[in-house]
Amino acid sequence: MSMASSGPTDRLPHQAGEAGRGTAPSNVLDVANVEVIYNHVILVLKGVSLSVPQGAIVALLGANGAGKSTTLKAISNLLRTERGEVTKGRILYRGERVDGLTPSDLVRRGVIQVMEGRHCFGHLTVEENLLTGAFIQGGKRRQIADDLEKVYHYFPRLKVRRSSQAGYTSGGEQQMTAIGRALMSRPTTILLDEPSMGLAPQLVEEIFEIVKNLNEREKVSMLLAEQNTNVALRYAHYGYILENGRVVLDGDAASLRENEDVKEFYLGVSGEGRRSFRDVKHYRRRKRWL
Amino acid sequence: MGFFIEVLIGGLLAGVLYSLVALGFVLIFKASGVFNFAQGAMVLTAALALVRSLELFGQWKWPFWLALVSAFLFAAAIMAVVAWGAERLVLRKLVNQEGIILFMATIGMTFFIEGLAQTLFGADVYPLNLGLPKDPLFILESLFDGGILVNELDIWAAVIAGMLVAGLAVFFQRTRIGRALRAVADDHAAAQSVGIPLNQIWFIVWLVAGLVALVAGAVWGSKLGVQFSLSLLALKALPVLILGGFTSVPGAIIGGLIIGAGEKISEVFAGPLLKDLGAWLATNGATGLGTVLGDVGATLTGIEIWFAYVVALLFLLVRPQGLFGERIIERV
Repeated sequence: MSMASSGPTDRLPHQAGEAGRGTAPSNVLDVANVEVIYNHVILVLKGVSLSVPQGAIVALLGANGAGKSTTLKAISNLLRTERGEVTKGRILYRGERVDGLTPSDLVRRGVIQVMEGRHCFGHLTVEENLLTGAFIQGGKRRQIADDLEKVYHYFPRLKVRRSSQAGYTSGGEQQMTAIGRALMSRPTTILLDEPSMGLAPQLVEEIFEIVKNLNEREKVSMLLAEQNTNVALRYAHYGYILENGRVVLDGDAASLRENEDVKEFYLGVSGEGRRSFRDVKHYRRRKRWL
Repeated sequence: MGFFIEVLIGGLLAGVLYSLVALGFVLIFKASGVFNFAQGAMVLTAALALVRSLELFGQWKWPFWLALVSAFLFAAAIMAVVAWGAERLVLRKLVNQEGIILFMATIGMTFFIEGLAQTLFGADVYPLNLGLPKDPLFILESLFDGGILVNELDIWAAVIAGMLVAGLAVFFQRTRIGRALRAVADDHAAAQSVGIPLNQIWFIVWLVAGLVALVAGAVWGSKLGVQFSLSLLALKALPVLILGGFTSVPGAIIGGLIIGAGEKISEVFAGPLLKDLGAWLATNGATGLGTVLGDVGATLTGIEIWFAYVVALLFLLVRPQGLFGERIIERV
């Protein structure tokens, strides 16, 4: 799939990064000090900063309610329909501010979100689901047909199920449909929310293999929100750990995998092997990166 | 036999008109999950715009066909304004609200649209002549003695409705916009996430529903004259929808036909049937019951008025999703 032209970014000087992170032109996404409030009262993100380099898989890790999905929705701007609002900070795509754009505008620029829980169109067939992803392509029939073939190439299982109603397909097939549907919009960046949710471990592996494949062959950058820290850190290049709406730790996936705290709190192992929570020293148990 | 068929056909043709109104409801309900109470008001508005502009163009001595086409275009433009207003001023503000809240908003819109339309276009009864033949027609004279009486206008109405439905089916199943409309109907959030602009889609749906209202208003108006009671057609569409299912276009059509035929047949035949039954019972011993039934049968008129609602009530008890309503696909 061809990518949007990566011409010179028309970046204004004042848009250079905050919080010590520069907006290197090689970054597709730069999120700087973003604060999100739901319903005008509930503060969910308390200044999140992260960046996604061109062509990378970046994992966003953390427990339930840490703010992973909210971060993705703040970028794709699906927040507004959930009565959420970005109240501070800025979001740059290729150095250009995008926090005021509608989700549709963002998809046109190449940033698309695959929502948590698949969200397939249950009464449409698998193929119709995929075609809805090409909505912004307008009536370019040839190109859409080619893209469809490409999606079937990555997800052969979808080709078999192309004429069944998506509502009746399995969870894995629905996840594939959701990712394939996003691909049909010819994205440069996919925001992937919990692709492992509710899937068998083997299927999770399969989905992540395809994600990696897409990243390598189609050069699609990925921002991946995951609870399954173990799998995510194996496939990602870089990781951020969110807790209570703040980034508490970030680093290369390899270094995060070796980090003692990550091991203990997210991977469920520690240097001394398994042990009872009761034996953990009081201060260790309380420790959070706050 | 000939008379029965005559009543049946008359009922079916009336049913087609119910279907037209019900169709407008189904379109909006499918695409936005809104039960649009204002559909009746939209029928009234469209019909008023049509009949008044036709009158005006007639006064300007335009040739009839030109006046007719212009009047239809004018009324369509009015419906586009209504659709735009509904999306811009109401729906956009209420994104992701409960269905009941949107429903109440459309009740408010009903009063506003009705009031505004009557202020702009007048509130009298206006006869509408679309140049369709209105003569009574006798068909199948070789089969039945004296033939079967049908109204030519009703036949035209059925033809127009058929074309409209065929057009809509193609639009929904075969086009990019139609597919997007169905996607929005299934899952707003997901449709938005793949880049389908909801505002644009809602405008299109309301516009299509407005055009259906225009057709319904034109046909009903040329039958009954354009008057305020057109907006009450919405109430007749409700049982049709309960019968056919809120989410099904074929359901709206078949529901309309069943209601139309059912109410005409019961109106004409139910009373006499009961009377006969009563008389038969009375002569065969069960005098008391026979007399009661006979009396009920003799006074039983106006079934037409409540028939549809009773059928709807029974359906709600037995099959609440209607004949063709979508079953909710649920998998764990």
